[in-house]
Amino acid sequence: MASSTALTNDFAAAPISLRRRLMDWTATGAAVAAVVLVLAPLGAIFGYLVYKGIGAVNWNFLTQIPKPPGEVGGGMANAIAGSAYILMIASVIGVPIGIGAGIYLAEYGRNRFGDVIRFTADVLNGVPSIVIGIVAYGIVVLRQGHFSALAGGVALAIMMIPTITRATEEMLLLVPNVVREAAYGLGVSRWRTTLSITLRTATSGVITGVMLAFARVAGETAPLLFTAFGNTYWNWKINEPTAALSLQVFTYATSPYDDWHRQAWAGALMLIVLIVLSVTAVRIAAGRGMKGG
Amino acid sequence: MGVGIQVDKLNAWFGKTQALQEINMTVAANHATAVIGPSGCGKSTFVRCLNRMHETIPEARATGRVRIGDMDVYNGSSATHIRRRIGMVFQKPNPFPTMSIYDNVAAGLKLNGFRDRKRLDEIVERSLTYAALFTEVKDTMHKKSGASLSGGQQQRLCIARALAVEPQVLLMDEPCSALDPISTGKIEELIFQLKERFTIVIVTHNMQQASRVAEFTGFFLLGKLIEFDKTEKIFTNPSDKRTEDYITGRFG
Repeated sequence: MASSTALTNDFAAAPISLRRRLMDWTATGAAVAAVVLVLAPLGAIFGYLVYKGIGAVNWNFLTQIPKPPGEVGGGMANAIAGSAYILMIASVIGVPIGIGAGIYLAEYGRNRFGDVIRFTADVLNGVPSIVIGIVAYGIVVLRQGHFSALAGGVALAIMMIPTITRATEEMLLLVPNVVREAAYGLGVSRWRTTLSITLRTATSGVITGVMLAFARVAGETAPLLFTAFGNTYWNWKINEPTAALSLQVFTYATSPYDDWHRQAWAGALMLIVLIVLSVTAVRIAAGRGMKGG
Repeated sequence: MGVGIQVDKLNAWFGKTQALQEINMTVAANHATAVIGPSGCGKSTFVRCLNRMHETIPEARATGRVRIGDMDVYNGSSATHIRRRIGMVFQKPNPFPTMSIYDNVAAGLKLNGFRDRKRLDEIVERSLTYAALFTEVKDTMHKKSGASLSGGQQQRLCIARALAVEPQVLLMDEPCSALDPISTGKIEELIFQLKERFTIVIVTHNMQQASRVAEFTGFFLLGKLIEFDKTEKIFTNPSDKRTEDYITGRFG
């Protein structure tokens, strides 16, 4: 025992060669640099948005609807609400379909049909958002005869589905098979096991997938251009054109008015803040729910 | 009360590979029966055929007749119904990771639609007591997750969970292979007490364990039941040469 302790001490006391220390510093330094490179664009974007936009964020901006072109003042209240409204419609349609398809792929989809769905989801994930906007225009707007919040919601839902589907599948596959077997062994049926055991075990991962999809479509502009269309007034009707923050930012940024330019910056800032807030809120709520359940 | 098990001409396959051939066995009620044999001999497959867990694996199938008490396992009953009457404890402790200790034990009843809160409390307490875990977890069972327990405690939790649905037979598939000797000792002690209420079939790699806990032992080799007799006879005076070779450590 004593001899082995002495040996360890000798070993520990031996000087580490300069070369090894240099390697250590270099590797650590490279890792830190990589982290900075990843975080820098995010910080730069957010910082620039705050710098350009914070000046135009005030009570009027948050509570008023746009003024006619050329008049100073007004705000984006209807666009903020419209974005929330369209995203809600998109989530109501997209989340159940996405999670349902993910469950199918993970629990029942080890076959040709499953492979086809998987491939389709991956392709759909890569389809340009403007194309999805055209599809929603074709299946909703043309049929209804007018632009609507529903059409915008459908377009965003189509964009959410593949992300949610694949994330749900991955998360369910991470649940060890012994957990499913434990439930089967208790005489729990397969569908009940899937919903109450497997899905519940994977909840936090599935929520992450849903939030990723949500955050991704929250700032989309192209699919809304000829679906939700935009609106300078309040609208809560699902069948009427609706304002959205991203559309409003697009319109204002390409306008000739300085005041609208300032508001466009503020709108972009609001969009980012709202996404961060909603993702955080869902995380906290989900965390509570997990502990409580 | 436990019931006996009658197995006739049981065959099992994984795809085209036959894992069990013509197994016949009679398991006595309220006794422990050990199933021993080298890795890959089909002993796990055998117990998984008794509660139809075998068929949950894709492309796995089984033929033959298994009677548990007066119930025909492969004829006329649904797999979920069978599994409620035949509890199972697995090789690796597998508590439901997102559930509290209490919910783990109550899971089998709750997921099958049982809602009576007061009865649930009683059953959970009784099952944890049977599994010799109650005193260790009674203050924390609503707060702590099942996954926060030690390995040995987790396995006793899994036993409690299996007992909560009041099965007549308890299948144990190498329940101690992931546990230290102290936890193993506790589970073996438990098997002794559980025999009074349940019929136990235990798969084990550990021959000492078989001789300690089981009255009857079956020796499996290459998918066949080579010898089935009183444990004492198997370990002191086996009639088959292959059994003797295995228990004396000449192979496997």
